[in-house]
Amino acid sequence: MSSKKIAIRVDDLTVAYNYKPVLWDIDLTIPEGVLMAIVGPNGAGKSTLIKSILGIIDPIAGSVTIYDKPYAKQRKLVAYVPQKGSVDWDFPTTALDVVMMGTYGKLGWIKRPGQKEKKASLEALEKVGMLPFKNRQISQLSGGQQQRVFLARALVQNAAIYFMDEPFQGVDATTEIAIINILKELRKAGKTVVVVHHDLQTVPEYFDWVTFLNVKKIATGPVKDIFNDDNLTKTYGINYKVAVNQ
Amino acid sequence: MDIKEYFSLVFSDYTLRTITLGTAILGAICGMLGSFAVLRKQSLLGDAISHAALPGIALAFIITGTKDTNLLLLGALVSGLIGTFWIRGMITKTHLKSDTALGLILSLFFGFGMLLLTFIQKQPNANQAGLDKYLFGQAATLVEKDVTLMAIVTGVCLVVLLLFWKEFKILLFDADYTKTLGFNTRFIDVLITFFIVLAIVLGLQTVGVVLMSAMLLAPAAAARQWTNKLSVMIVLAAIFGAFSGVFGTAISASQNNLSTGPVIVLVAAVFVLFSFIFSPGRGILFKQIRFWQNRRDLKLQKTLQFMFDIAKTHEDISHPHAIKILNNFQGFTRGSLKEMEEKKWVEVQGQKWSLTQDGYNAAENLYKQ
Repeated sequence: MSSKKIAIRVDDLTVAYNYKPVLWDIDLTIPEGVLMAIVGPNGAGKSTLIKSILGIIDPIAGSVTIYDKPYAKQRKLVAYVPQKGSVDWDFPTTALDVVMMGTYGKLGWIKRPGQKEKKASLEALEKVGMLPFKNRQISQLSGGQQQRVFLARALVQNAAIYFMDEPFQGVDATTEIAIINILKELRKAGKTVVVVHHDLQTVPEYFDWVTFLNVKKIATGPVKDIFNDDNLTKTYGINYKVAVNQ
Repeated sequence: MDIKEYFSLVFSDYTLRTITLGTAILGAICGMLGSFAVLRKQSLLGDAISHAALPGIALAFIITGTKDTNLLLLGALVSGLIGTFWIRGMITKTHLKSDTALGLILSLFFGFGMLLLTFIQKQPNANQAGLDKYLFGQAATLVEKDVTLMAIVTGVCLVVLLLFWKEFKILLFDADYTKTLGFNTRFIDVLITFFIVLAIVLGLQTVGVVLMSAMLLAPAAAARQWTNKLSVMIVLAAIFGAFSGVFGTAISASQNNLSTGPVIVLVAAVFVLFSFIFSPGRGILFKQIRFWQNRRDLKLQKTLQFMFDIAKTHEDISHPHAIKILNNFQGFTRGSLKEMEEKKWVEVQGQKWSLTQDGYNAAENLYKQ
């Protein structure tokens, strides 16, 4: 592992809302090419960790570097899939239009997307199996389809690092399998993928790297080394042996 | 003067033309920017801003002593902006929810404005009368230079809108994501908000502090009913707004003593009502019709499914069966049988029915997506 490049490095990251620390002094190094789950109980700060790495939330202290440079200079290497519930799906727009938004970052200010961007967006829709729905108004998509559209929007960014906030939340088994297959493909292509994840049972099956989080970082490393009863108990405060070893 | 007379006069009469043009432009710019407010779920922001503009008008008069419209509106702009940024500050810096912040600023500024107005009225200044027209607006006071100003602001707003279209759209839909793409969301946000404040201030003379928010929201709410495309929605909102202005002015000019602002707002409300009922996609009328249609289709489909289950057991799918056996089946009527015959799903001969190949295929594909 030591030969691998470090994709993401987080140093001393601390976030607080009104004196109450939400994240406390997080140090994290994530090597390139891993598919990593962030696990922890509700309120552990999983989403907050992603959002403060991405600069959506201002931390009190700490720094984030992407491939050894400050995040602000490396934005184009990073794609984000927010929680599905964070937007209003009744917004007057189509699935294709939402995916096209993924191209806006590289376009920069004022410049409009053209044929090249449209083609890339259609390919991304195809990849997530949503091409037949490209002109569908987004409110008429099911929850799983909306999640796929969000994923396609991130894919079209063609980034090196992907952050995803609970992509499996409220989706059916078919969509979950489709999404995880895409994530594994990304890993195969050498991308780094960080996923806020809730379902502990699927961690060993889906991911090769894991971070345990509960306000503080409990542990981080390869799933096969650290995904054990000890760390689960430290993170959740109760014994999870039954759930995991079934 | 009746409406007919109005429309024959509107092109020749200078005053009428100025007022009509003014209200039309105002309606258009408010409709456009109102779409943004509605989609950002900041519908009440317009109400708060217009009320927050009142003390600015009063203070501008106290300081300058003149009633020059541009100066008063400049005061309105400044206090409107102060109110807006206080609201934003309250929402981000405290735990207050946006409705609380809006309500607080709205009543606080409006109260202060009313206080200043009564203070001005007590002054021995002959010039003081008429400031209260900003409460409910008075379109009759519009002169050419007011309309020119409106046209210029609308033009600038259009250019900015076209230039930053992509940025506006993505911010409206997903602000956090926009930030991760490297856009300065604060800048886009301030730009939108600034133009909303500007449109409101421009409308104060015509529609007034109290009713201004309706000018923003009504055309946008009506337009949303007709389309699922942002660009179409904004264009429609502008058109609805402009027509509200023109019709409102026409009605108020043709009936004595009807003040223009309230009439314009009522006309805009008619657009909203019409859209809520008659728009094909979201209107309640077509929703109800679709509901009835679905119910009828479902009845047919259930009967077909029942027939399909019977026919499946035979080698020849078109093996005839007695109509009687359908009688035990809920949802079956002679009418539905006839309808199925018309669709060529079944053939009826005497007291027997038989499923056709078409009917068999239709049944097989019924619940497949």
